Amino acid sequence: MYQYDQHDQRIVDERAAQFRGQVERRLAGEITENEFKPLRLQNGLYMQLHAYMLRVAVPYGLLSSAQLRALATIARDYDKGYAHFTTRQNVQFNWPELEDVPAILDLLASVQMHAIQTSGNCIRNTTSDPLAGIAADELEDPRPYCELIRQWSTFHPEFAFLPRKFKIAITGSTTDRAAVRVHDIGIRIIENDTGERGFEILVGGGLGRTPHIAKVVRPFLAYEHLLSYLEAILRVYNRYGRRDNKYKARIKIQVSEWGVEKFAAAVEAEWAQIKDSATKLTRDEIDRIKGRFALPTFEALANEDLDALALTTDREFARFLKNNVRQHRVPGYAAVVVSTKPQGRPPGDVSDTQLDALADLADRFGLGHVVVMHDQNVMMPNVKQADLQALYAELKTWDLHTANAGRVTDQICCPGLDFCNLANARSIPVALRIADRFDDLDYLDDLGDVTIKMSGCINACGHHHVGNIGILGIDKAGVEAYQLMIGGDPGEQASLGKIVGRAFSSDEIVDAVATVLDTYSTLRESADETFLDFYRRVGLDPFKDSLYGSD
Amino acid sequence: MALIRNGAVAPPETWTTLGNDDALPRSGDVLVGIDRWLEQRDALRAHDGRVGVLLQPDDDALRLARALEGAALVAVAFPKFTDGRGYSSARLLRDRLGYRGELRAVGDVLPDQVFFMQRVGFDSLDLAEDKSAQTALEQLREFSVTYQAAADDARPLFRRVQRPG
Repeated sequence: MYQYDQHDQRIVDERAAQFRGQVERRLAGEITENEFKPLRLQNGLYMQLHAYMLRVAVPYGLLSSAQLRALATIARDYDKGYAHFTTRQNVQFNWPELEDVPAILDLLASVQMHAIQTSGNCIRNTTSDPLAGIAADELEDPRPYCELIRQWSTFHPEFAFLPRKFKIAITGSTTDRAAVRVHDIGIRIIENDTGERGFEILVGGGLGRTPHIAKVVRPFLAYEHLLSYLEAILRVYNRYGRRDNKYKARIKIQVSEWGVEKFAAAVEAEWAQIKDSATKLTRDEIDRIKGRFALPTFEALANEDLDALALTTDREFARFLKNNVRQHRVPGYAAVVVSTKPQGRPPGDVSDTQLDALADLADRFGLGHVVVMHDQNVMMPNVKQADLQALYAELKTWDLHTANAGRVTDQICCPGLDFCNLANARSIPVALRIADRFDDLDYLDDLGDVTIKMSGCINACGHHHVGNIGILGIDKAGVEAYQLMIGGDPGEQASLGKIVGRAFSSDEIVDAVATVLDTYSTLRESADETFLDFYRRVGLDPFKDSLYGSD
Repeated sequence: MALIRNGAVAPPETWTTLGNDDALPRSGDVLVGIDRWLEQRDALRAHDGRVGVLLQPDDDALRLARALEGAALVAVAFPKFTDGRGYSSARLLRDRLGYRGELRAVGDVLPDQVFFMQRVGFDSLDLAEDKSAQTALEQLREFSVTYQAAADDARPLFRRVQRPG
């Protein structure tokens, strides 16, 4: 992973010191809560329903074992013994005291971490493909570009008070595991017709109240222009993005209201003025950043016959092999998805002892690091295939062995009304009931890859628009109710889910999900037809029929 | 209200902000909006007193191209500190139009924003009422390292120092 140099370190140290001063001034009453709010927000500190919530940045999801141990310490000493992995590859603590936050930031800085720009109307953590660096279909590792963007956007003086928050994602693979089409800016590493390496730039995707799929603003951008082009987009957005209405302030609204042609023309005109400025990247600088990524050294190994192993081993481990183990491009290695979603626990929550255990297991089996995934799981990207069984046995002692990666119970879920003051409905309890209902692992395997994503309000933190099955909590005359959507997909054929019909009560929603799954399982053409393929073939009608009958 | 110029507390100044239809006073320093400046520049330059241009967040700073001569000051208004358009205006004035005169942030200018303001080219900061000049001066020095190019240094960090490979 990227190793800080003295400049990187000094910036996070000075940031921690700055926030210590700001907290002292706030506690002394020198600044009002109104003035403090944007300052704490730019350090990831939110006011939630019951307490402050601190969001810690995990650049492109990558965590070393030392960083995991620091997170475990924070969970133990400053929180209620757990941390929460988010859909943007970050980590949240739900119960810190304001007075303790400076000490937490100092601890984070000591392991090259921070909470800079994890909230507020600024450029947020750049996210990427959890399989970055190990995917077989990858053209180039996107993480050095993520790091270049992290540095360029960190305390960018012009873009600290944008109309609204701003999220960038990059993928270097043809399969889009970074959801680049539902980000403010999505970047795809591509090659043009002449084999030159560069980027496709998409702008204006997003979820929330008005979901949009991003549009291509520039089909090909040479690598050295990455930062100047981003600067041009951000400047056009900062100057002309809407500020009159919070709900229309994201760049997706600007792109949609202007039309992508007008928007692209404005960006190109601005970029023409700055493309040859000193912000232009050099091959040396990119290579230098790449060099600071201490990439793991792999042993020369042969692939194990995992299919044969699955046939001869016990059913539990065989299921884990099938569901939670991903292909690695280096022979003899595999990536392991550690599910944070056993029955009975909120998706994404991990205890301090589990974090410590993950750190130890990463050191023993995973070349010392893990990756936080968009679906709130944790991946150990570099495990020897020969170690899989031993790793599984260890994970089992920590209840980190649930073999449901990609399955129905591998749900994404926002904190909902239990924690969040924006929510209209509870989401975690519904997720827990769904997990209880679908406890037949054979049935889940038979259903195959189906994603359920749930949000407790239209702000869509649970990304319900891009769940194969999306669940949206709404307030129906003072009563919690749930809208059901079908057909969402954040991948390279990105699509937004469609509402099936009238909303369901809290008592009905789990049955409704079961009906949707049964409909698919009964009517699909073959076991190879995925839920999404089935929906794309037949549309909503069969689901409407089975859910609502003739009413 | 404290005025900070070039990183030090400066004596307070009195500028009268004129609307488009307000009569020009006999003397004294005045600020006018961009439309009035562009339409009446010659007359304004004959005024007995300094004349500055006051840019609102939705004013296009680039309209001042080739029209900055004679302005004693360009003031950029921050009606609310959360409205960040003035940061882009400042960069365009400095980087694009090459304005080298005094560039002042006025309005809801808080100590915690001044570090960013100085980086985008403000050399003059008219702090919001009751805000501590001392805190603002400290904030100007809060960070000793910056990554990206801005109006204060056209080079990003990797072109300023030899970073370890």
